[in-house]
Amino acid sequence: MQYPALLVDVTIFVLALWVGFEVISKVPATLHTPLMSAANSIHGIVLAGAMLIAVTANNAVGYVIAFIAAAFAAANVVGGYVVTGRMLKMFKRRPAIPSPGDAPAAVNAAANGSSRKGTAT
Amino acid sequence: MSVFDWVIQLIYVLAASCFVLGLHLMNNPATARRGNQVSTSGMATAVAATLAIIVHGHGITTTGWIVMIAGALVGGGAGMYAARTVQMTAMPQLVSMFNAVGGGAAALVAIHDYMHAGATVSASTSVTTLLDVIIGSVTFSGSIIAAGKLQGVINSAPVTFPGARLINMTLAVVAIGLGAYLIASPSAALLTIVIVAALAFGVSMVMPIGGADMPVVISLLNAFTGTAVAMAGFVIGNWALIIAGALVGASGGILTKLMADAMNRSIRNIIVGGFGTGDSVAAIAGPTGSVRSIDADDAAIQLAYASKVIIVPGYGLAAAQAQHEVAALAELLESRGIDVSYAIHPVAGRMPGHMNVLLAEANVPYPLLKEMDEINPEFARTDVALVIGANDVTNPAARRPGTAISGMPILDVDQAKSIIVIKRSMGHGYAGIDNELYVDPKTSMYFADAKKALTEMTAAVKTLVG
Repeated sequence: MQYPALLVDVTIFVLALWVGFEVISKVPATLHTPLMSAANSIHGIVLAGAMLIAVTANNAVGYVIAFIAAAFAAANVVGGYVVTGRMLKMFKRRPAIPSPGDAPAAVNAAANGSSRKGTAT
Repeated sequence: MSVFDWVIQLIYVLAASCFVLGLHLMNNPATARRGNQVSTSGMATAVAATLAIIVHGHGITTTGWIVMIAGALVGGGAGMYAARTVQMTAMPQLVSMFNAVGGGAAALVAIHDYMHAGATVSASTSVTTLLDVIIGSVTFSGSIIAAGKLQGVINSAPVTFPGARLINMTLAVVAIGLGAYLIASPSAALLTIVIVAALAFGVSMVMPIGGADMPVVISLLNAFTGTAVAMAGFVIGNWALIIAGALVGASGGILTKLMADAMNRSIRNIIVGGFGTGDSVAAIAGPTGSVRSIDADDAAIQLAYASKVIIVPGYGLAAAQAQHEVAALAELLESRGIDVSYAIHPVAGRMPGHMNVLLAEANVPYPLLKEMDEINPEFARTDVALVIGANDVTNPAARRPGTAISGMPILDVDQAKSIIVIKRSMGHGYAGIDNELYVDPKTSMYFADAKKALTEMTAAVKTLVG
């Protein structure tokens, strides 16, 4: 039996929803902001849809829509992944050795941290 | 179905698997970065597959190529710039803007499809098309308003006026009713009215919601964006969009529920707007007493000779940009062998988990950041609980019935042997009620701006212990 496309799509949607609930409910609260940002980058997949608009666009209105959609979706994808990466890089088990570009307070904090490692044990 | 279609479809499944795996790896801070990389490679694969479809199809015009590439470069550049330069305190605004553009792009996919296919589309496609247009448009305008409120460009207080709810209802009825009519008889002109009504609804939905409810609103709009993207997937028959959209919808849904629970408010209550929980039950009077205020030297003595200190940061800390100062004080105490950890309430900050990112930026190691359920049993063994700019989430009144915050999960700060609260004034928290913690005989108040207070305390501890 050949199932109608919509039925197949709905099945995939519902199953993916359950997978999402399962996987995401295990993410600790500590990472909720990066999680939301990562989810944000994932919905940037709409870029695939935005790119396909350009294929069927054949008048000025179509091209304007294609341009805006591509720009929106690309901002979503690129920005989402870059900022998620930037945030996750900050989560460290131990204070890092400060790089010259760090804020003075951070350098101070990290310096204290390394001295602590010396005295604690 | 050609071999080419098979391959493309399998690549999309691979990309979707990368998204799931990427989210799975986020269950631990140690693997989360790898998760983001896996997810990124999935996205790159999906975009490459889409390019292959476009090239393979030969249908695209030169103008189409130029428009698509120019759009991607402009948007990608803007996204990259925003992501590289954003302050961590401004993270909620950026996430909100990404929700806006994601929802907007999803709506445009459906709008284009509707105009291009015209009267030839089937009813089942029309349903998903209109859902995509409506949800996407609401997300777009709603997220922009939310970002504006977070940025302070738009009044962050609940903006309401008589008849606001009626206008809300009317807009929703127009968008959905007209949308349903369009399924039977397609018309580009009427679609414009649906879009305008949906955009207006997004604005009128978010305007009455107060700044403190933003963690819930952002999560909800995130779920909306995911749903809109999934609908776009239905419209163009692309499974990668459907799966990715469903994952984001699930993520946004879970976070919405968690945030609403942590604020002790129903999602409906927040969306309807207004202030407090609307409880008219007479509150059972709590303990009353006098407030004891201390200076930096007294606080330093308590902190320097404690063996266990828990720091309770709230939004006041982020607002004062004092995350580096608190980290410096904590490091100093730790260097004296004092056990220091941070108790993070789920709604500390302006979006889910916001406080953790702010502290991570200040080089606080993540094992010190404790969730509410994990840290609560430890307060009884704690010498000093240092509360900085957190109010309602520390109020013991939540344990009694009949107050505005009854039932709200709180940090058991009052169980600590002594409590120091850094606060600018005796002003109320978001719930608008007195905090019984402040009149507890164990509590001392330090009235100052968080940044100034922490700097003074750190200096006093240094002087004290040499």
